[in-house]
Amino acid sequence: MSLEVNGKQYEVDEEGYLANLNDWDTDVANKMAEIDGAPLEENHWEVINFLREYYEEYQIAPAVRVLTKQIGKKLGKDKGNSKYLYELFPYGPAKQACKYAGLPKPTGCV
Amino acid sequence: MSEDGVVKKFMYVNRKSPYGTIYALESLEVVLITAAFDQDVSLTFTDDGVYQLMKGQQTEGIGMKNFSSTYSALGDYEINKIFIDKESLEERGLSLSDLQELVWEDEDEDYAEKSSINLVSRAELSEIMNNQDVVLSF
Repeated sequence: MSLEVNGKQYEVDEEGYLANLNDWDTDVANKMAEIDGAPLEENHWEVINFLREYYEEYQIAPAVRVLTKQIGKKLGKDKGNSKYLYELFPYGPAKQACKYAGLPKPTGCV
Repeated sequence: MSEDGVVKKFMYVNRKSPYGTIYALESLEVVLITAAFDQDVSLTFTDDGVYQLMKGQQTEGIGMKNFSSTYSALGDYEINKIFIDKESLEERGLSLSDLQELVWEDEDEDYAEKSSINLVSRAELSEIMNNQDVVLSF
């Protein structure tokens, strides 16, 4: 399968995750969100950027529980809770945000 | 807590060097999955398994993903019981200073960083294993 962004084809798996981490850029993320019908705003980007940094450091996409806790530590308690994150990413914060961030599906993803 | 409230003590015993086989990476994946289900998880590194935690791993030459930095995320998953077999280190001419430092943050003490690593003798390790519900060897 592939995703077309700015006239370029990107390889994705059957769930829409990028096949190659290095293909990612902000246009790819915006395109994925557009297809899902919810354009990305500042609050989404905070989480997406956090995930990319986490992956860079630890080479994994964090499980949703870890994501929630770390977001709380980094961006404040009002954002480090499931309600806030599910409002931003209704398909599941770890799953959906990781997809937009160009990361593999989180290990132990529930 | 898991949904039915049953929390078992799982110990993952890592015995092999990190890149010759898939065991080390598979173990790490299963460990993270188990922790996501709120189980009591501990890890042991023994025999050549102690090499999994060596500092400064470089994998470009063998074309494998360097997953050694993922061990640092174990603390985020609340996995903070890491046992290193003292004799296995010594037999290989290694000491704790050759291994990564792994820490966890204690929320009850204002996120103070504490070491997750416990250096134990084989006799102590055998005792610790006896107290587990499940021991899985990789």
